[in-house]
Amino acid sequence: MSPRRGGHTVRIIPRLDIKGSNVVKGVHLEGLRVVGDPAELALRYYEEGADELLYMDIVASLYGRNNLLAIVERTARELFVPLTVGGGVRSIEDIYRLLRAGADKVAVNTAAVRNPPFVQQASRTFGSQCIVVSIEAKLRAPGQWEALTDNGREKTGVDACEWALRAAELGAGEVLVTSVDREGTGSGYDLELTRKLAETLPIPVIACGGAGSLKHVEEAVSSGKADAVSLASLLHYRRTTLPKLKKTLAAEGIPVRLEHGKKETCRHR
Amino acid sequence: MAKKKPVVIVDYGLGNLFSIARALGSLGAEAVLSSDPKVVSRAERLILPGVGSFGDGMKGLADNGLIEPIREYGRSGRPMLGICLGMQLLMDEGAEFGFHRGLGLVPGRAVALPRAGGRAGGCKVKVPHVGWNRVRPGRGRTRRSWKGTVLDRLGPDPYFYFTHSYVVVPEDRERALADTDYGGAAFCSVVRSGSVSGCQFHPEKSGGPGLRVLRNFLEA
Repeated sequence: MSPRRGGHTVRIIPRLDIKGSNVVKGVHLEGLRVVGDPAELALRYYEEGADELLYMDIVASLYGRNNLLAIVERTARELFVPLTVGGGVRSIEDIYRLLRAGADKVAVNTAAVRNPPFVQQASRTFGSQCIVVSIEAKLRAPGQWEALTDNGREKTGVDACEWALRAAELGAGEVLVTSVDREGTGSGYDLELTRKLAETLPIPVIACGGAGSLKHVEEAVSSGKADAVSLASLLHYRRTTLPKLKKTLAAEGIPVRLEHGKKETCRHR
Repeated sequence: MAKKKPVVIVDYGLGNLFSIARALGSLGAEAVLSSDPKVVSRAERLILPGVGSFGDGMKGLADNGLIEPIREYGRSGRPMLGICLGMQLLMDEGAEFGFHRGLGLVPGRAVALPRAGGRAGGCKVKVPHVGWNRVRPGRGRTRRSWKGTVLDRLGPDPYFYFTHSYVVVPEDRERALADTDYGGAAFCSVVRSGSVSGCQFHPEKSGGPGLRVLRNFLEA
């Protein structure tokens, strides 16, 4: 057990990008390929020991919402680890509907950057533990990142690190930071960005975007100081599995939860 | 066998009650969400959930006329489980954004996580404490003392999912069933006083071990 964290573990969070009724995966948040069925993948990852799951509705069109709610509902019935859902969350009503469908937390990006008091309103209404501020960060100059919105499509001129700090002050419970430069490339997490946020923010930081190997995940924690790591392609394309990943991290001295959800669940049925 | 009465989950406007109901459902138990004092009074098994701040929680209970019914229920010897903020509300008082009187079912207080904002082992101690952590027998206890409690029949070294900024400090250490280490300090993660139990973690979000805790509660 690391003295650094006590019994507290680093969370491994599979990320499922959702378009319509499918899980998809792209590069730099574009160029999408269909990976599979969301509920099926989510339950497989739960059984394999995912500490949480993250659904991102990457189209977030208004008509797609009922579809998303149905997917969340279908997943949540058998999922007994936290589920965060993001993409197109614009109002308190949106959050309420997602929670009611079975989400435990919501990730907000565009609506929060455009209207920061939304973070405060949301965290006061549902509690900080429920509000994850998602930041899509693009490197603009050495040590400087811009927060993008609308799945990496829109510029804001807002400094990603300043915005993260402000979001924490407004009541966000966690920050999910996706490096737009690294996303889908498999070239490793943006360690500098992750470390800068993890060392500045009083709240947990989830690193996302760029994991191409087990080594990258390990680096995000050891060098990037991430409190949690999110990954997609490595798992979706079976380049590794959660038990293998966790064993590798544990061997490197990184504290992880090593038991599985399903084994115990079955015994109870 | 007579059909069991549903578990009543107190609905006072805070927390994701649906996930608790779903977890109970997966264990074959029926659950109802209710803010009706009469339903609470007549319950055979009561869960007090909740997230957010102590003051908001007590206000939510007061607005629904639930404080006295829950106190009476808690003293009646019927099984009750407080989860997260619901555990903290069991205490005499809470010091979150001012001083607030609690339900007084477990002597003690709810206070901010120790070492918040400090450093442990060269790393920042993040608050809220979010993630999976272990529970272990509190000082002067062994796992054998978990027999017959909500922590009965857990596998070795179980992990649970936590998300909180405040913790309980029971007046009497005897009531601390389990402790959890975070940020270089320990806090009480499970309390028990007679038929009233409370856990700081979310059993409904803690995979197999969490379902075990809920099953123990259903069988209590």
